[in-house]
Amino acid sequence: MTITLRLAWRNLWRHPRRTWLTAAAIAFSAMLLVFMITLQLGAYDMVLDNSLRIFTGQMQIQRAGYLDKPQMRTTIPDARRLAQELRRATGLAAVAARAQGFALAASGTRSYGVPVIGVEPEHEWRVSTLPHVIKSGRYLAAVDAREVVLGAALARNLKIRVGDELTLLGAGKDGSTAATVLPVVGLFESGNLDLDRQLVQLPLVTFQDVFSMDGDAHVIVISGDSLDDMGRALTLVGAHMPAGPNLVLLGWERLIPGLKQLIQADMVQNWFMYISLIVVVTFSILNTFLMSVLERTREFGLMLALGARPLRIGGLVLLESTLLALMGLAIGIALGFCIALYFYFTGFSFPGMKEIHAQFGLPGVITPKISLLTLTLGPAVIFAFTAAASLYPALRIRRLAPVDAMRTV
Amino acid sequence: MDQSTEHTVVCRGVSKVYRQDAVAVPALTDVALEIPKQDFVCLSGPSGSGKTTLLNLIGGLDRPTSGEISVDGRRIDLMDKGELAELRLRRIGFVFQAYNLIPVLSARENVEFVMQLQGVSAAERAARARAILKEVGLEGLEDRRPGELSGGQQQRVAVARAIVSEPSLVLADEPTANLDSKTAENLMQLLRHMNTEHSVTFVFSTHDKLVMDFSRRLITLRDGRIVDDVRRE
Ligand SMILES: Nc1ncnc2c1ncn2[C@@H]1O[C@H](COP(=O)(O)OP(=O)(O)O)[C@@H](O)[C@H]1O
Ligand SMILES: [Mg+2]
Repeated sequence: MTITLRLAWRNLWRHPRRTWLTAAAIAFSAMLLVFMITLQLGAYDMVLDNSLRIFTGQMQIQRAGYLDKPQMRTTIPDARRLAQELRRATGLAAVAARAQGFALAASGTRSYGVPVIGVEPEHEWRVSTLPHVIKSGRYLAAVDAREVVLGAALARNLKIRVGDELTLLGAGKDGSTAATVLPVVGLFESGNLDLDRQLVQLPLVTFQDVFSMDGDAHVIVISGDSLDDMGRALTLVGAHMPAGPNLVLLGWERLIPGLKQLIQADMVQNWFMYISLIVVVTFSILNTFLMSVLERTREFGLMLALGARPLRIGGLVLLESTLLALMGLAIGIALGFCIALYFYFTGFSFPGMKEIHAQFGLPGVITPKISLLTLTLGPAVIFAFTAAASLYPALRIRRLAPVDAMRTV
Repeated sequence: MDQSTEHTVVCRGVSKVYRQDAVAVPALTDVALEIPKQDFVCLSGPSGSGKTTLLNLIGGLDRPTSGEISVDGRRIDLMDKGELAELRLRRIGFVFQAYNLIPVLSARENVEFVMQLQGVSAAERAARARAILKEVGLEGLEDRRPGELSGGQQQRVAVARAIVSEPSLVLADEPTANLDSKTAENLMQLLRHMNTEHSVTFVFSTHDKLVMDFSRRLITLRDGRIVDDVRRE
């Protein structure tokens, strides 16, 4: 250990109580930040995961231009075979083709304009939760079955039930009139009102038949096994993109830009709070640093007299504050990690949260996200602030003249 | 040949005026002084006569208001802050009246501290610190902190630190002021020993008669002027 390091370390322990108090302030704020950030990012992941699972999927392949202008004729040709090849090449199970159109859905008495989706029932259940939330009846049986399922709220509005018939009236890919009457076999209730009030699904082959699509579809929906798996899935699919006509791979940020903005807005709001906390702690630390420098003016004067450069003494002061900060941060990260770990296994919730979450189809508890980033991001920011705070007393030393400093009592 | 190279210290027309609340306090007035190599000089004079001021100027700790000062033939009144620090680090050893040592470092570490500033390797530092502490009679006490040493022992550590990097000049401002007479005498004997053994020029100040008697040359200051300068050998 160099003399400078020894000097810095021992200087810290000249006032053990003051050092511990300062370290405790740093540790406490680090612990709080670690806990809040793991929870916050855990909540984002939960919301994101659930949003993507319901219907959109983690990524989609589309014909270029379809996202901005979803026209019936902007299709992926031979989509079922493409999806099949993608499954084989990437090893990903959750790959499903969809065709999407608009139609007037009519029962005996009422009619609504609604989105109509053609799905592959044998694959759709892997990319979407809708097949799992059938409230009455059953989900679509086969890719060429002539039947529909629809949202429970939509069915209520149309005043139809399982067993009734639904009339669909729209325009096919070639502009021809598309019309069919299909029996309702099931109603889904996802908790997502947009979907429950609007969506109609029918088997893809039936859709292609009714809307004159030939073998075309509009999107191929793809998801990794979990949210953590998304990055890997994205690279895999990217590497195996079919060399087809003008196809693009779109991540969720492109598919649901609003969700990303929502998360970012929330993030900004939270960081505003975190930074306020850090600033308060920083000022109390600055006070300690200043005190420890002022009370040693004579000692610094001696060092200057012996020929030490002010920069070197400033470096010593920085080293002391760095050691102190690292000590506090290490304790804070350890405690924060323990708390996060506890809630990782038990799940975090507060009174009333379960009820609110249930309305949006979210799990009742938040699982903190434990990663290198969530554990170190907050502490890193605290470190930057304390380093900046110790810069001031360190730079003050430049103003010391050896004779004056040594005269100080 | 420039005569200043034969002298460790040369002062010509040195004055120092302190400004205190817009009042000018003359501390030194027109001081001329030549100190040959390996001299052992005592600055005496009553309190306030300017001893500390003169030592600070010679040591490059402060600047004269006017006049020239050379150390080892180099004009230090013309040096900038950084050059002065370098001069103090490499060529001048200091022993102050009190608070000489860094309290959290042991005797050995205090001695090594300056060598570290000079960039001496760890192995050499350790060897030289051990040797010099033995020479000043502190063998076995190397690992004690200043608080665990007597006043006399602390001053010996300061002497060891001042001498360890073989400077050409050691300045000691009332080094015995806080010591009893027996300890003071021992310290002066040590300084004399260092003066001859290490060929170092010594300038120290005191107003203690007993300490003056150790000097080879006694300079007396009064009101910031040299009023007497006698060689005693
Ligand atoms: N920093 C200072 N500001 C103002 N006056 C000072 C300062 N330092 C010393 N003096 C004055 O300069 C004169 C010489 O002081 P000093 O060199 O300390 O004398 P000595 O060391 O012989 O006691 C005294 O009158 C003292 O009051
Ligand atoms: Mg004095």
